[in-house]
Amino acid sequence: MSFMNSVAVVGVGETDYSTESGRSELVLSLQAINAALKDAGIGHDEVDGLLRWSVDTSSEATVAANLGLSNLSWFGEINQAGNVGAALVANAAAAIHAGLANVVVIYRGVNGRSGRRYGRGDVTGRSGRGSAAFTEPFGMLTPQHGLAMTTRRRMHETGVSSRDFGMVAVCEREHANRNPRATFFEKTLSIEQHQESRVIVDPFHLFDCCLETDGGGALVLTSVERARERDGHVAMIRAAAQSGYSVRNFIDTAAVGLAPNLWERAKITPSDISVAQIYDHFAPFVLFALEDYGFVRRGEGGDFVSAKEISWDGGSLPVNTSGGHLSEAYMQGMNQLIESVRQARGESTAQVSDAQFSFVDTGIGTGAVIFERGE
Amino acid sequence: MPDKEWDRPENLPLPVPDEDSLMFWQGLSDGKLLLQTCIECGTKNYPPVSMCCQQFNFEWEDAQGTGSIFSYVVTQQPVHPALKGHTPFLTVIVQLDEGPRITSNLVDGNPENIEIGSRVELHLVELSDEVTLPLFKLCSD
Ligand SMILES: [Zn+2]
Repeated sequence: MSFMNSVAVVGVGETDYSTESGRSELVLSLQAINAALKDAGIGHDEVDGLLRWSVDTSSEATVAANLGLSNLSWFGEINQAGNVGAALVANAAAAIHAGLANVVVIYRGVNGRSGRRYGRGDVTGRSGRGSAAFTEPFGMLTPQHGLAMTTRRRMHETGVSSRDFGMVAVCEREHANRNPRATFFEKTLSIEQHQESRVIVDPFHLFDCCLETDGGGALVLTSVERARERDGHVAMIRAAAQSGYSVRNFIDTAAVGLAPNLWERAKITPSDISVAQIYDHFAPFVLFALEDYGFVRRGEGGDFVSAKEISWDGGSLPVNTSGGHLSEAYMQGMNQLIESVRQARGESTAQVSDAQFSFVDTGIGTGAVIFERGE
Repeated sequence: MPDKEWDRPENLPLPVPDEDSLMFWQGLSDGKLLLQTCIECGTKNYPPVSMCCQQFNFEWEDAQGTGSIFSYVVTQQPVHPALKGHTPFLTVIVQLDEGPRITSNLVDGNPENIEIGSRVELHLVELSDEVTLPLFKLCSD
């Protein structure tokens, strides 16, 4: 029982992005929700579902009380890490399709720079317990350490270079330079600057690494029938998938496991996608995801990216058109979900014309959504 | 003999053994690198798992302790407080000749000349009566 095109995202909203929000994660969440509901043209009294990231701090009960929801009848959270954005969309859509809720808000608010810092292991550190007994004592202390291992191995196997994936950062920066919301709206980046930037965890240069951001974001989902009572384009959820595929070989990304499921559900192929948002905690993973989802063959990602095929300006598959996590904000998939919806609705600052199918990955194969433009 | 000399960053977490990994850590204290081996399919699981092939019985096989560098990273900036004052810091993944890929350090590793494929051998470092770490050193050949 597929929910294909029966549920739509009708509203998106975000706060300003900063390094020092000066307000609580709860307030950031509430401001983003208010903005998304306003964008949707849907009143607070119509919201009956809330869904959130488990790693966040604002519970649905507190959010519901502050929003004044009298009608909350479906809620939940999804655990793992920052990577569950697509899983949240999939589950909210399933709930609406099944009649458990009519209007679901997915939200988050994080002080990712001034509060708990992901890149320092503040959220993911486990003090040597469980499986971390086999990693943390040896200096694998933050998410980037494991990801750098995979990057090094894939460089070895496919010949992809730092300069190749540096072009991911350059293209995303060019997109951010068109987006007034982006942290790096006013700062340009050249491949030379990328190559000369200091090395953080080798092979990652500074400009391969995502930002750290304070901010909030929200999405409003409802049935396509309810969505069509409003004006404007509708971002229909063509397909969504999540994967618990656990990658332990330091070569593949989880997209190897997710991709067949996703394309089967969507009844389209990678060549049908006009624009993609891909989880870019670290620049080379955009390239690896392009390979593992089947947009290009394994080993061809470097040439594809070097030729600027992911650029809005003349590329065959523009990627991370708002600037992504490297240059817009690090909202762990939320800003990319928002941008993917904007592309499907024709509202991006780097709009791809005739974007019928808009793809978003929210965790290098642990989850993905394909939006379809509807009237 | 386990080595007590390796200059380990003192704030790096220590492994916390649990019920499912206790055999592994005890083996190291006894001077052996034990690989948890499924009696059904023969898979050598690393890190140890709780169940394989729907059963809970495992053999613990003594590894040869030889392998090669599968991948490595060099922490250049102290992205975690435990590495402050200890950069550049080298972490490696060793593929044992038996197959499993082990996250570890090289006691004599110079980040400058490390290469994927370099041969390494086990070098145990005893931190306490309870904790001995499975580290490696480059083969002299
Ligand atoms: Zn087995």
